[in-house]
Amino acid sequence: MNILNLFVIIPVLTVLGIMFVKDYKGARMTAAIGMSLQLVAALVMTLMYFAERKAGASGEFLFYTDITWFKTLNIHYTVGVDSIAVWMICLASIVVFAGIFASWEVQYLSREFYISLILLATGVFGFFISLDLFTMFLFYELAVIPMYLLIGIWGSGPKEYSAMKLTLMLMGGSALLVVGLLGLYFNSSAAGPVTFNLLELSKINFPMAMQRFFFPFLFVGFGILGALFPLHTWSPDGHSSAPTAVSMLHAGVLMKLGGYGCLRVAMFLLPEAANEMAWIFLILTTISIVYGAFGAIWQKDLKYINAYSSVSHCGLVLFALLMMNKTAINGAVLQMISHGLMTALFFALIGMIYGRTHTRNVPEMGGLMAVIPFLGVSYVIAGLASLGLPGLSGFIAEMTVFVGAFAHTDTFHRVITIIATMSIVITAVYILRVVGQLLLGPLREKEYLEFPDARWYERLSLVVLILPIAIIGIYPAFLSGTLADAIVPIVERLTAML
Amino acid sequence: MNYSYTILILLIPIAAFLFNGLLGMKFKPIVSGLVGTIGLGIVFLLSWYTAWQYFFVGGMVDGEFPKIIAMSMDWLQFTDKLTIRMGIMLDPISVMMLVVVSSVSFMVHIYSLGYMKGEKGFERFYSFLSLFSFSMLGLVVATNIFQMYVFWELVGISSFLLIGFYYQKPSAVAASKKAFIVTRFADLGFLIGILLLSFFTQTFDFTTLTGADHSIFESGAAKSFMGMSVFTWACLLIFMGGAGKSAMFPFHIWLPDAMEGPTPVSALIHAATMVVAGVFLVARMFPVFFFQAPDALEVIAYVGGFTSLFAAIIACTQYDIKRVLAFSTLSQIGYMILALGVSGYEGHEGVGYMASMFHLFTHAFFKALLFLGAGAIIHAVHSNVMQDMGGLRKYMPITHITFLIACLTISGVPFLSAFFSKDEILVAAFHHNKLLFAVEYLVAGITAFYMFRLYFSIFWGKDTQYHHTPHEAPKVMTIPLMILAIGSIFAGYVPFAKLITADGRPFESHIDFAIAIPSVLIGLVGIGLAMLMYRKETHIPERISIALGGFYKTVYNKFYIDEIYLFITKKIIFNYISRPVAWFDRHIVDGTMNGIGWITLTSAKKIKGLQSGYLPQYGMVFALAAVVFVLIFAFLVR
Repeated sequence: MNILNLFVIIPVLTVLGIMFVKDYKGARMTAAIGMSLQLVAALVMTLMYFAERKAGASGEFLFYTDITWFKTLNIHYTVGVDSIAVWMICLASIVVFAGIFASWEVQYLSREFYISLILLATGVFGFFISLDLFTMFLFYELAVIPMYLLIGIWGSGPKEYSAMKLTLMLMGGSALLVVGLLGLYFNSSAAGPVTFNLLELSKINFPMAMQRFFFPFLFVGFGILGALFPLHTWSPDGHSSAPTAVSMLHAGVLMKLGGYGCLRVAMFLLPEAANEMAWIFLILTTISIVYGAFGAIWQKDLKYINAYSSVSHCGLVLFALLMMNKTAINGAVLQMISHGLMTALFFALIGMIYGRTHTRNVPEMGGLMAVIPFLGVSYVIAGLASLGLPGLSGFIAEMTVFVGAFAHTDTFHRVITIIATMSIVITAVYILRVVGQLLLGPLREKEYLEFPDARWYERLSLVVLILPIAIIGIYPAFLSGTLADAIVPIVERLTAML
Repeated sequence: MNYSYTILILLIPIAAFLFNGLLGMKFKPIVSGLVGTIGLGIVFLLSWYTAWQYFFVGGMVDGEFPKIIAMSMDWLQFTDKLTIRMGIMLDPISVMMLVVVSSVSFMVHIYSLGYMKGEKGFERFYSFLSLFSFSMLGLVVATNIFQMYVFWELVGISSFLLIGFYYQKPSAVAASKKAFIVTRFADLGFLIGILLLSFFTQTFDFTTLTGADHSIFESGAAKSFMGMSVFTWACLLIFMGGAGKSAMFPFHIWLPDAMEGPTPVSALIHAATMVVAGVFLVARMFPVFFFQAPDALEVIAYVGGFTSLFAAIIACTQYDIKRVLAFSTLSQIGYMILALGVSGYEGHEGVGYMASMFHLFTHAFFKALLFLGAGAIIHAVHSNVMQDMGGLRKYMPITHITFLIACLTISGVPFLSAFFSKDEILVAAFHHNKLLFAVEYLVAGITAFYMFRLYFSIFWGKDTQYHHTPHEAPKVMTIPLMILAIGSIFAGYVPFAKLITADGRPFESHIDFAIAIPSVLIGLVGIGLAMLMYRKETHIPERISIALGGFYKTVYNKFYIDEIYLFITKKIIFNYISRPVAWFDRHIVDGTMNGIGWITLTSAKKIKGLQSGYLPQYGMVFALAAVVFVLIFAFLVR
């Protein structure tokens, strides 16, 4: 059997398992076991993938399986992965695993909580393994619906409003995507029967007029998910109301679906339009990068700060993709992984700190480092990764992006690249501000002294996220050197017309 | 010659960092201290052994000191040509820096065993010290500019962590933040400079960049931007990074505040090693500056000259002894930067380069000594301020003598180390630019004045009544002082012109008495003035400060540069950029989204009436819609 099917089967079995347990302890145990298996499967799959590549497997996608499931419309269940998808699956399984342990204390309707969470994960995994655009879209929608419930029921603050806003804006994105995907589908008939298959679509050179019309639908549709300015406002509200694990999964993985989709679908399939319209989106993403960072300086709620920071960092992903050369796209993928891990770490920590102080308002806290050093040090590590300290993953990703972006010689690209590099200073400002106010300084309240430091499940969750951040930072070659097989075909298609 | 053992110079400190950081709390504090100190002791021995091997056993090849790549591994590949490698390069300046960094760091490690005894977070302190040593050593042996940038950032973060060591003290937190952000801003220039330079030359490697083959620069030489060539831009931007770390005007503001850190840290990072990283950077890239961007070199000379004067003037008015020393550091680094700026390349032309490195070397000893001495004083009287001191010579004889030696050295008294190095700098300045030369003469006098103002106020002056009788520091602190005192006396006898030169070839140099004698005299005048004013308690200083009025106040407030920065950051960035952005996002962007939601909702209420329940009406709508869809699909599928 194809190993990729496991990534859908394991979560579904876990969900079934949770239905039969009695209390919250059983539910979280089942979820933890299921997602541990998922993590192991992801690591095994990664090893298998690179073993096969080493052995000389030359297909664009490995572990390829194609099952027809709706003959009339030629819709298939097609799965296969390339190195980008492989690492994305690893990222997702790490974040889900950490997320389960970060929400170890959820007791209210816990079975339903874990079921929704894992359904959400199923959607994410399904998205990354799919090569049939219809199936891919289906999985994506599968991820959005539980999100609504998770925020609406287990969230905090104005949760109904936020849940509604987030879902509606993402659905708005979906609406654009439907148009874009149908456009691809109906125009694919030139070479044979109409198809949603990514591989077959990638062999077609669509007429320019059609590309021009549909590219914005696809790019913006996925871009909303990747917090493209000015369609990012679901992110601050959504994240701040969402429960910890959902914020982690959402910012850590779901926002990466956006970047992944932009690259894999919008740019890969409609390369000429991508080249032609890149400048518009480059301007928007440059705005995202700087605007998000400035926005973060002013915020006082920890989750808002991180949400705006995500706007900035995810802006850099799209920015790098649109630079359309190997180095920059390599950097974009690295940035997706790096940001996924680091922002999940941030949200996990924010959840844990909130669980103790019952506030996320930075000015109301202070001096926490002295009482909860494990969480404090982890927060500093996350912050340093975010501001791009060498030795942690953020630096690797940002530098690759900047070197790649700098390869364009014209003034326009130069100027926006320099503007984008400015974000590393602004990031340092807001990160150090938060670290200074939240963790350092004199102890703000006496009652802080009673706070327990991280418990074992919290430590597990944090360490699982910190380790890959540090490993990528110290020994980047194992990751950045492996992406070529996926990126080269895309870049070739993007530059073939120039 | 096999130098592969030099990898240990990097591995030992990082191992000590990991051990102390992860496991330090499981043991008694002294274990961390010993692990760090013994580790650095080994590094110290290895560095001196390397220096001996490099200069005297390996020696010159074809009449010049070679650049040896002791090891190198690929770290991160960007493109086919651009790859960051991590490696170790040995050449005269990196070997010299190994000696400087490991010696001062080792002394500081020993000293801190006494100074930090009983402090909360002792193991944290030692783990950070090891992290710093690792980063700084990695920086000096970098084989390529990107490796240097990597370690440059790591040095920055270690400095941040150490300045903010007393993290419950708000002023320390603020100072660490300021230091990091100011240098980070400067590093942005460094990064863009690297991007520019590497894009046009397609290499990061120092051996290629500074080699004799200049063809790599051809592709960019013709390109210019706003009247300056690409490489002038690149070099100026790279120097911006150097100016940030070396606290040159206008990036100097972080250094005085950085004195919030524990005093041994100030000695190590903010006096002897990290702050000279900018000088080292320019020296490392010197051939690029000299051949590709002579205009940039001119700018560097003026920045150095201005900073040295500016900081020396401020130093005369400060009362916090560590801040006086901080401004003195600024001033001395200004000297080094200036020397590089006025230097030529070949033979005796390159005297500025040699003098800069020479002064860096001697400065490390006497400035570390001054700071550690100040630490011993602060340890004894529990205060940083001059007014709380006086008459200390009676209580602290060893500190007194060593401090005096350092003060004499920095004032350029003959036959102490800085006399030789400063003389070479003046010679270089004299041959290049008379204005800068005159400025440096003046600064030599001011330096002698403020150093002896410091010395007399601490050890002579009024007989302050102390709550606890001050006592001499323990041996573990005084021994490093004595070793450094020996260093600052004799470091001047190292034949720098034979070892460390711009083109790697030795040349003859001798003391130019026509320049040296007046400079010594100026120094003595400075000392004499200070003696007159501060040896006994007098009212002269007060009267002078009143007479100078507004000028004195301006200088005392450091020319209000901090206030200007505060205005830019607090007012402009926070209130005029960040706040409007946040408002815009909430009210305009998000407002639009909510507006769309509201319109949808309202119109939905309005058209609710359509849900009438009349079947014919539904049928009608259905049919119409079907026709529309068929038309659309027919159009699309076509």
